[in-house]
Amino acid sequence: MREKIIVALAVAAAGLLAYDLYQIFLVLPDEAMQGAIYRIIFFHVPAAITGMIGYFVALTLSILYLSSGKLRFDSVAASVIEVSVVFSVVNIVTGSIWARIIWGVWWTWDYRLTSQLVCILIFAGYLMMRRAIEEPTQRARLSAALCIFGCIDVVIVWKSIEWFRNLHPGPVLSIRTGGGNIDPAMERMIYFNLLAILMIAAALVLIRTRQETTAREIDSLRRLAHAA
Amino acid sequence: MDARNFTFMFYGFLAAWLIVLVYVISLARRGARLRKELDDVRRLVHSNQSSQTSGLEERVR
Repeated sequence: MREKIIVALAVAAAGLLAYDLYQIFLVLPDEAMQGAIYRIIFFHVPAAITGMIGYFVALTLSILYLSSGKLRFDSVAASVIEVSVVFSVVNIVTGSIWARIIWGVWWTWDYRLTSQLVCILIFAGYLMMRRAIEEPTQRARLSAALCIFGCIDVVIVWKSIEWFRNLHPGPVLSIRTGGGNIDPAMERMIYFNLLAILMIAAALVLIRTRQETTAREIDSLRRLAHAA
Repeated sequence: MDARNFTFMFYGFLAAWLIVLVYVISLARRGARLRKELDDVRRLVHSNQSSQTSGLEERVR
């Protein structure tokens, strides 16, 4: 069943991405000020939103683990965070390439960029910490605590373009601004690409969760072998 | 399409997909390693159980 869902998600994402790429490159016009480079927004923004959604899903799962003690919640949270970190890295790298052309620099210590970098470092630390702790219950408890702490930074990343004066552009999506900051056809493509990237992320989380289950099975079999 | 920034736009798309591709490859390799490890541990448990059973049978005899 899980395999069928993964294949269905991958096929649907590939179909949607093919349509999106056609629209992005051949239908949508260049942006008046930025030229062709603005098209990076169609991956930069969906990758950021995918990462943030992932961190909040992991936050929910971590709270569920702390309240129920079920290790399954911890496994799924770790899988979601790993995939979210990948998309956050995509976000920061594509943003850096866009910045090189528009700002003339690869990087600046702006609130948005810095808080996003800190977010990646916190959750990369989360993944490294999990490798360092062998005892599953202790690992799950500390991971859940770090995830809750890390999500404070995710809120700062999200709101930084409203709270602080930034070099990074302000909100453009109409769900945050009420409309008027982006052409509706361009905004629609951001949502379409977001849907495709969310489907890819969901497929990757399913694959990663299965690996976590296998790792737990290996752990319990090892204990059985040592006990015998 | 405006050719001014096309190269950097291409780098952006390439970087995005390259990062995802590297992750997918690492995921596939990790999956293969875990499957092998699971098979090895299963064999170990199985051999332990069968040696215990044969030891028990000898003691009963």
